[in-house]
Amino acid sequence: MSTFRLKANWQALAAIALSVISLFAMPDQDPGRIAIIAILANLLIAIIASLINPVTRLSIWALGLATHVTAFALLIALSSFEGTAGWSYFAALAACWLMAWRLVTLLSNGSEHSSASRLNGLLIPALFGLWLLILWEAIVRGAGIPFVLLPPPSAIGAKILTSVPLLAADFRQTVLKAVLFGFVVGSGAGLLVAILADRYKFLANGLLPIGNMVSALPIIGIAPIMVIWFGFDWQSKAAVVIVMTFFPMLVNTIAGLSASGNMERDLMRTYGSGYWASLFKLRLPAAMPFVFNALKINSTLAMIGAIVSEFFGTPVVGMGFRISTEVGRMNLDMVWAEIALAAVVGSLFYGALALLERFTTFWHPSYRRP
Amino acid sequence: MRNDGGKIIPVLSILALLVVAWYFAAYAMNAPFQRDLNRRTGTEVTTSQFVAQTMAQPKPTMPAPHQVAENLWKNVFTVKPTSRRSLVYHAGVTLSSTVLGFLMGTLLGVVIAVGIVHVPALDKSLLPWIITSQTIPMLAVAPMIIVILAAVNVTGLLPKALISTYLSFFPVVVGMVKGLRSPEVTHLDMMRTYNSSAWNTFWKLRVPASVPLFFTSMKVAVAASLVGAIVGELPTGAVAGIGSKLLAGSYYSQTIDIWAALIAGSVVAILLVTLVDFTSRFVTRSMGAQPR
Repeated sequence: MSTFRLKANWQALAAIALSVISLFAMPDQDPGRIAIIAILANLLIAIIASLINPVTRLSIWALGLATHVTAFALLIALSSFEGTAGWSYFAALAACWLMAWRLVTLLSNGSEHSSASRLNGLLIPALFGLWLLILWEAIVRGAGIPFVLLPPPSAIGAKILTSVPLLAADFRQTVLKAVLFGFVVGSGAGLLVAILADRYKFLANGLLPIGNMVSALPIIGIAPIMVIWFGFDWQSKAAVVIVMTFFPMLVNTIAGLSASGNMERDLMRTYGSGYWASLFKLRLPAAMPFVFNALKINSTLAMIGAIVSEFFGTPVVGMGFRISTEVGRMNLDMVWAEIALAAVVGSLFYGALALLERFTTFWHPSYRRP
Repeated sequence: MRNDGGKIIPVLSILALLVVAWYFAAYAMNAPFQRDLNRRTGTEVTTSQFVAQTMAQPKPTMPAPHQVAENLWKNVFTVKPTSRRSLVYHAGVTLSSTVLGFLMGTLLGVVIAVGIVHVPALDKSLLPWIITSQTIPMLAVAPMIIVILAAVNVTGLLPKALISTYLSFFPVVVGMVKGLRSPEVTHLDMMRTYNSSAWNTFWKLRVPASVPLFFTSMKVAVAASLVGAIVGELPTGAVAGIGSKLLAGSYYSQTIDIWAALIAGSVVAILLVTLVDFTSRFVTRSMGAQPR
């Protein structure tokens, strides 16, 4: 084994300075004092691990483990610092966060060469998300920020667990009815009109500038009109979603249908294939990357359209309805629970489309391995 | 630019078709109510009178284009722009928070993008989250931000502008990261042979290379920030702005007002995008780009 030396890095130096501050600003009461000492002891291990040179897999593991044990201790210690955390606690928190930063730096430097780069590609963002939650929880609870301003993630998690039936009902109303119906009909109509516009150039020349312009307009504003036309239930929300998703699909598909090259089209012609055969066997498949681009844009637009339309009137169920009423009643944990649900649904929706794209357009150059 | 001449006729004819369809829809959608009303009041009308009646209801299901135009004319040109009845006043309120939010969002987006391009740890940890966050319905947060900020006594322009900031910085980050990374490897190598510092490489190569993508993402961002401003006006209890006009219209079923507000919002959107487009052309041309 080669000899280990210690090599300074700025995160470690800053963490040492912060630990010293934390030690000197120690609280007077016993539970707090013990907690801080335990935290600082763990932190010391992390700092030493971060100083080891050359960096090995073992030292990174030690740094990661010690950092997150410290973070865990910091969260446990919150119970004795509820709203009263002072310099000592926050200095320790900042030092711990710097160690996490060091960890991410080491991981992202190492990932260029190591075979585990794909794992790192997941691990680094996951660490970032985790630290976002840790800092949120620690700062909100430690500094005693009022619940109505920003509830801590633990309270939001607890609220999610206790209101599963309510969330499920909102999910059914907003996502399964308004979003899915609107998304399918709007995107489908956009695709069909695009094929039609591709056939008759006059239509394409007229629709493309209009479609491009409409993408800049605040279409969401038609929500009150749709509520007047189609009533308070999900049909009016689906109508908004249809209008919002129609134009991106139209514009993208028209662009996609002209994506196949002249060589390929000539080849189809030498095969003696007619319009329909070359549409289905060449041009639509070639347009698929564009279609999926539109579908991905539409997945976000559909969620936004359905949720915001519910601000204009809805039966007493739905994600947008819940958000606007619970905000009014200052039940911010419920609002955050809905936002978390919307975030998860939005990401899954997008992820599912990305996966489907991967299987449909497997031939596309962007998936080639270098 | 060359093709514009060939597109005016198709665009105009499709727009004309839309107006005709709009008139038909106005007749068809208002007719049941009017027929019912006439039966109850016992009024006998000829067909042409009936058609005229469907287009002159005070609260129609579907206002006819000329009703909306009349309302727009009345609220834009005959009322003083400072009056609360004026659409110019409401559009101005929305425009001011849109522009403020757009500027803050663009600045924030550029700063984050510069950070992502230069700090590998940020690139690996932050960028995936920024991309994921685009899949999340951000607007859902809008009412909460307004209420939270109102609770700490921040009201007026800033909360709405913050929502616009929130919506507009994502496109700018993504566009700028792409733009700042767009210089080819050979160009970066050349800067290295000049022994150019990171600072010089940034200002003399990366920034000029990012300009086209910067403006493209600004166009998306300005449209998003207008939507943010409008939605931000919804939970403030309908005080002022295009969003509050929409909400008030939907409360009192003032459909003509809703349509007029919608058109005012669209005009603002087109103005903003055109302005960005204009700036983009001016800047790229003065940087020596070939006019397309």
